[in-house]
Amino acid sequence: MGRYVARRLLQVIPVVIGVTFIIFCLVFALPGDPIQALAGDKRADPNIAAILRAHYHLNEPLYQQYWHYISGVLTGDLGETYNGRAISDIVSERFPVTLKLGLTSFALEAVIGIIAGIFSALKKGKFIDNVVLVSTLVLISIPVFVLGSVLQLEFGVNLKITPVAGIEHGWPQSYILPAVVLASTSMAYIARLVRTSMMESVRADYVRTAIAKGLPTRRVIGVHAMRNSLIPVVTFLGFDLGALMGGAIITERVFNMPGIGGQLAQSVYLRERPVVVGLVTLLVLIYLVANLLVDLLYAVLDPRIRYE
Amino acid sequence: MSEKTIERPTTDEAAIAKEIEAEEKAAARQASLLRDGWADLRKRPLFIVTSLIILILLALAIAPSLFTARSPFSDGFCQLQNSMNGPSSGHLFGYDVQGCDIYTRTVYGARNSVVVGVVTTTATTLIGGLVGMLAGLIGGWADALLSRITEVFAGLPLIIGGLLIMSIWGGGDVWSVSFIMAILGWPQVYRIMRGEVIANKYNDYVTAARALGAGSWRIAFRHILPNTLAPVIVITTMNLGVYISAEAALSYLGIGIQYPNISWGVMISDAQDRFLTSPHALMFPAGALSITVLAFIMLGDVVRDAFDPKMR
Amino acid sequence: MTIIDPTDAVPAQRPGDHENTGPLLEVRDLHVEFQTREGVVKAVNGVNYTVDSGETLAVLGESGSGKSVTAQAIMGILDMPPARIPQGEIRFYGQDMLTMGAEERRKLRGARIAMIFQDALSSLNPVLSVGFQLGEMFRVHQGMSRKQAKAKSIELMDRVKIPAAAARVNDYPHQFSGGMRQRIMIAMALALEPDLIIADEPTTALDVTVQAQVMDLLAELQREYRMGLILITHDLGVVADVADKIAVMYAGRIVETAPVHELYKRPAHPYTRGLLDSIPRLDQKGQELYAIQGLPPNLLKVPQGCAFNPRCDKAQDICRTEFPPLVPVTEADGTELPGRASACHFWKETIHG
Repeated sequence: MGRYVARRLLQVIPVVIGVTFIIFCLVFALPGDPIQALAGDKRADPNIAAILRAHYHLNEPLYQQYWHYISGVLTGDLGETYNGRAISDIVSERFPVTLKLGLTSFALEAVIGIIAGIFSALKKGKFIDNVVLVSTLVLISIPVFVLGSVLQLEFGVNLKITPVAGIEHGWPQSYILPAVVLASTSMAYIARLVRTSMMESVRADYVRTAIAKGLPTRRVIGVHAMRNSLIPVVTFLGFDLGALMGGAIITERVFNMPGIGGQLAQSVYLRERPVVVGLVTLLVLIYLVANLLVDLLYAVLDPRIRYE
Repeated sequence: MSEKTIERPTTDEAAIAKEIEAEEKAAARQASLLRDGWADLRKRPLFIVTSLIILILLALAIAPSLFTARSPFSDGFCQLQNSMNGPSSGHLFGYDVQGCDIYTRTVYGARNSVVVGVVTTTATTLIGGLVGMLAGLIGGWADALLSRITEVFAGLPLIIGGLLIMSIWGGGDVWSVSFIMAILGWPQVYRIMRGEVIANKYNDYVTAARALGAGSWRIAFRHILPNTLAPVIVITTMNLGVYISAEAALSYLGIGIQYPNISWGVMISDAQDRFLTSPHALMFPAGALSITVLAFIMLGDVVRDAFDPKMR
Repeated sequence: MTIIDPTDAVPAQRPGDHENTGPLLEVRDLHVEFQTREGVVKAVNGVNYTVDSGETLAVLGESGSGKSVTAQAIMGILDMPPARIPQGEIRFYGQDMLTMGAEERRKLRGARIAMIFQDALSSLNPVLSVGFQLGEMFRVHQGMSRKQAKAKSIELMDRVKIPAAAARVNDYPHQFSGGMRQRIMIAMALALEPDLIIADEPTTALDVTVQAQVMDLLAELQREYRMGLILITHDLGVVADVADKIAVMYAGRIVETAPVHELYKRPAHPYTRGLLDSIPRLDQKGQELYAIQGLPPNLLKVPQGCAFNPRCDKAQDICRTEFPPLVPVTEADGTELPGRASACHFWKETIHG
């Protein structure tokens, strides 16, 4: 196990460097004058431009510039906005909203997805299985922003069950509807994934052994079949975090929530490039760390991986 | 007798016969798998329904003028005094905020969705499939290197990566959107292809072919590649829907396809501010988008059921 | 509404203790069929056999002969559907298990009747430690604590001669060798000292040298606990030393039964003779090995008459039209041969000719 952890940690380092380097190149190594780009359509003042150039290390070679960028990122410095505000300030202000939204939706998709998948697998071909299959298909097909708008109209405006937008009512009232919307697609994928892998493990030899041992059905399913079916789900959850963050950008826009995603969407709209870069870098790092954690969890669940 | 067996100088006739037999068996096995899959597929009602939807969609994409007399690019197409008017006769879907006929715009929007879906999916399948096959076949250092490179690209999730790249480079038309999504999307196909190639590499019939002296390329193309097709076909079909949906999401965020190009995502985004008062402007393009994505996802579903019996 | 049995955790009541009304296990006229897309597959067509305490019955047959399906029906682990048991009885100490409630049946499984499977690697759960899987028997059937169960597991692993049991109890199945894994399967079956063990090809997946060790261990433990043993195999070589009696199955029926040595000496069915002739023997070195011609029958359309007729070198017209029932086999002079029976129209010619 120790060796596996060490190897996995070593493997993640080049990926972090590679991804941040790509982001860096895309943004800072573009041809043209980034200072002029910063100034936008106005003509940049040469004195200010020189100061800014020194401030952003633009006179140094590329690798040194990258070094400044990556060491900044690793020490929590994500850069500044046009008006000199630290992006890490924005993050600390807005991150709690996104975190609450993300965790709520993560919990929803995992719990509902897994339960629906198990029922569907155990009642294969029956009514409940067909309900799960059809509803997951619909959920996968309806884009998040469409589902968001429709539910907002229905529950927020017409039925007045939930707040229409914003976070004034705090958790959970203001968060529950956006979380459902954000969770919908992944929930459907998880349900289908659990269904498939559950159907596979129910037929496995070791489940037959468990029945032959005289274990009660709930133990055969709950301990022997489930444990194995959940392994692909764990892999999916890590992968899914990327989609979840992308979805959060859209969901926060639909429900007008002041989270990282909403900020990102707004910054894209206002063409605030440094903010976009800082926030994207942060999200990508979170994604990579989450995937690392998932891999480690995977090894806990599946002992065959550990001793490879 | 095929040319290849004549070229082979050393092996005795029995071995050649054996090899031919082994190859024919492998080829027949594959052919029957695909044929069975196809025969199975044709019988499914769901396949017929989704195929019909997709055919209509293709017709819309190829010849939108067959479905509407108006052109969204003609002068006077949008009349501001009609802004947000609801559906009426002759304008079944009503008007959007600019007073443009939503039906016509929805019809013309199909092309961009289809092109983005097809181009992105083709590109990801080609790049991911090729690189994945190389990594799987060569193994060793090449596999390690390619896998690390892939991980770097996979480290940028589709929407977030797209957001970053397009906010810097600017989006605009279907080609730039497709290109960027392909760059971010190919690692998925790579993983499947590499996994399948490695799994097949150690299969008994491949070992047998190798023991009989079949060359590497021959093994790759006649024995390994055909067996990786089923999962790749399945993921490709599903991706058509996934990328159409992703394009709409990026356009919705204002960084995908941009004016004057028509995109359902942009139409939905424009309609959103007034959604609570006049939902029709959002519902029609949203419906078209959802049905399109649903059709491709369902097609992927039935294709998987037919071609990949393991997954059933 | 069933009231939850407060004695859930203690071993199921042993029917044999107070109503010993029959042999350990008696299978009567058992039929099993499977619903498939192509039609109904009749996998077992009227099988009868009995096993007593301390006795070993070897059930012999090719794949598809119905030997494993019979065993799974006894264990109650057939997937129903697609499987169906249209008729028959499986009596455990005289009590028909097919009419028992599901919960009553479950309590017998593992505790009173246990099964050893062929492929220990796939039959053991790959993500649970062997200690957990062994201990589960005690925890579920006897309500032991985790700690007690673990101690018992180590004891069991010692019992089946796994070296350094205490150190390996937390290891996972893939960390053991094939032979060791099969010992763990045996340990699991033995855990609650059942009355009957069904071993389905317990050594097929193992190396030849390990096969003998595992068989010896199984035989030794069976003697020690005086258990009934049903040994399912397609390998005549395995059973000679271990079994008391043999039932040969073909196309879902028993075609011959006999005490083990009798069968080797004088088979009364051409199929059995064919099986015996296809064992390599030292005194026939250099000669071509005999093999039964043809393939096992398609269970969707079993041949008319005797199912073996298309492959039988002694087949006559009657074999193609008339079904041969299982009849007692006697000496040429009519003396009874206890335990012997054959389902061949020409059993006399086969055994005496």
